[in-house]
Amino acid sequence: MTGASGAGGFAWIRVVAVMIKEFKQLTRDRITYAMMLAIPVIQLTLFGYAINTEPRHLPTAVLTYEDSRYARTLIAALESSAYFDVVAQARNPAELDRMLRTGQVQFAVTIPGDFTRRVARGDKAQILVEADATDPSATGGAVAALAALPTQALARDLTGALAARGAAPQPFEVVVHRRYNPEAVTAYNIVPGLLGIILSLTLVMMTALSVTRETERGTMETLLATPLEPLEVMIGKLAPYVLMGLVQTAIILALAAVLFDVPMASGWIGLSVGVALFISGSLALGFLISTVARSQLQAMQMSFFYILPSILLSGFMFPFRGMPAWAQWIGEAIPVTHFLRVVRGSLLKAQPLADQWRELSALAAFVLIVTALAMIRYRRTLD
Amino acid sequence: MTYAIDVQGLHKRFGDKHVVDDVTFRVAPGRICGFLGPNGSGKTTTMRILCGLLTPDAGSGQALGFDIVREADQVKRRTGYMTQRFSLYEDLTIAENLAFTARVHGLDRRRERVDAALERLGLASRRDQLSGTLSGGWKQRLALANATLHEPALLLLDEPTAGVDPKARRTFWDEIHALAAEGLTVLVSTHYMDEAERCHEIAYISYGRLIARGTVDELIAGSGLVTFHGEGPDAYRLAHELTGRPGVETAAAFGATLHVSGPDRAALEAAIAPWRCEPWRWTEAAPTLEDVFIQLMDRSRDNVS
Repeated sequence: MTGASGAGGFAWIRVVAVMIKEFKQLTRDRITYAMMLAIPVIQLTLFGYAINTEPRHLPTAVLTYEDSRYARTLIAALESSAYFDVVAQARNPAELDRMLRTGQVQFAVTIPGDFTRRVARGDKAQILVEADATDPSATGGAVAALAALPTQALARDLTGALAARGAAPQPFEVVVHRRYNPEAVTAYNIVPGLLGIILSLTLVMMTALSVTRETERGTMETLLATPLEPLEVMIGKLAPYVLMGLVQTAIILALAAVLFDVPMASGWIGLSVGVALFISGSLALGFLISTVARSQLQAMQMSFFYILPSILLSGFMFPFRGMPAWAQWIGEAIPVTHFLRVVRGSLLKAQPLADQWRELSALAAFVLIVTALAMIRYRRTLD
Repeated sequence: MTYAIDVQGLHKRFGDKHVVDDVTFRVAPGRICGFLGPNGSGKTTTMRILCGLLTPDAGSGQALGFDIVREADQVKRRTGYMTQRFSLYEDLTIAENLAFTARVHGLDRRRERVDAALERLGLASRRDQLSGTLSGGWKQRLALANATLHEPALLLLDEPTAGVDPKARRTFWDEIHALAAEGLTVLVSTHYMDEAERCHEIAYISYGRLIARGTVDELIAGSGLVTFHGEGPDAYRLAHELTGRPGVETAAAFGATLHVSGPDRAALEAAIAPWRCEPWRWTEAAPTLEDVFIQLMDRSRDNVS
């Protein structure tokens, strides 16, 4: 028997040997090392600053049928609640409805023509607030704040003979319509959103791995030595995953309808185009990752780096409008953000194709850019 | 005559490493050319340049009459390349791997060709076995069958028998000779001397430079080496003693026999003179290919440093 430790049992020297080896390997794999340091920083910044489950300053459109002092005071009161930012004046109900449907505004406020008269007479004055409730958590706080509006908004204007109206239980009533998701079912928002997340998770990662696996196992060398063209390899490798993405989409939509009663309003054309673009883009992104990653582990890590902000900043988990401007800019650059708007817009809001062209063009741009990059990066040689 | 391989002044650098340095050589059709040289000398890189996997930084050449850079596609169609590492799909069966290759090359009579290849390999009964579960020797034979499925005119084999047992190696080489007899040109890299001796000709590369070329006999004759075999007690200790003495290029013990060689007869004889007595018995022998290669390796190292 030689050496410091005994034959059997536990020896610290051997533990230390493994520890030193492990630590050296960890520092040698730069990406893993960077991830371990970057992830806490990124997560803290995102969770700490970007995520706000009770968004304020939500874009609001107003349709006023009377230009009165009360109406102006009411609008001022809405804005001073900090929940509503009046960004547009609609000229007619159709325009107001369109603004809400396209997602340009979160709230649509209608002040009827007889508002002042009814308040003065104490005759059940009403204003209508329509909320885009596809994401119930985005509107919840604002809707709650509306409860205090009637007693406070006109307090200063109701003076003299009308002071009694202000003291009465309520000088007017706020009628709230939760559009697109009247019962504020969270699942209606989450389940269509999951379509985007699940497709990203599986397709980006699967493709990234499938090409990197060839490089790692050495089969890429044999593949490159055959007459195969890069485009042939790309189409051939991606086609099975397109099919997989379509099957996944069908399963998710079917379960959404059967288990969660998610409305399938319509907008099937927009949805189909969106799904096709999103699947293509995700696959091309996976392919692009695989041209950069040198091992399957790196491919996994890079995919994860893409998926993390996709979950947090796309409006999937937290209301998009709750995020500060910088986070919204990042969010706008994430394909999932646009895909979610298409899916929710189609299923919940029955958006016609005309409402979706912005989001669909964003997705098309994503497909084009990533495919071009992937083709440029793909090497026909081992150089 | 059109050479199967005809390249001039190939260069390839990776960063500041000059991996292939002015390599020029020709191989006539139907010949088996052994590609030898130490690890990292540029054999694999040269082969990859030949089959279009790497672009040379300088130099030009033809394989089977096609330009290796501009007409890489034509070369790829007619060349079989077997990588150093087993690079078929381990999660596909033997038959599936062959069928994939047949499809990629757009071969007709696919089923027939795959069946014939399996028959020739003696793997017909195991066609549905995953190729990852084959032993080393079988994997190499499968890889060879795969690389020759499209009936190439040129075969590039990168250390095809590394880690394969002697019997499997012999079978493998019998197959290579059978293929060459049909007119196939073979460039095969190896570290085994017995394999080098089975080649029609040899190209020796070191530090990226091609430093020797010819048949086995030509190389041995051209080396100018003198070799002695010594028999006696403690051959191993004596080998150790002689190594590094002036005039001794190599001194190695094979069991009870000592094998010494050097380029200068007088110097070598002077070195072994103290032991040229009882109980030692010395005989002069022909230098082996291994002696020649060790000499080549030492010389090229001296040139570089």
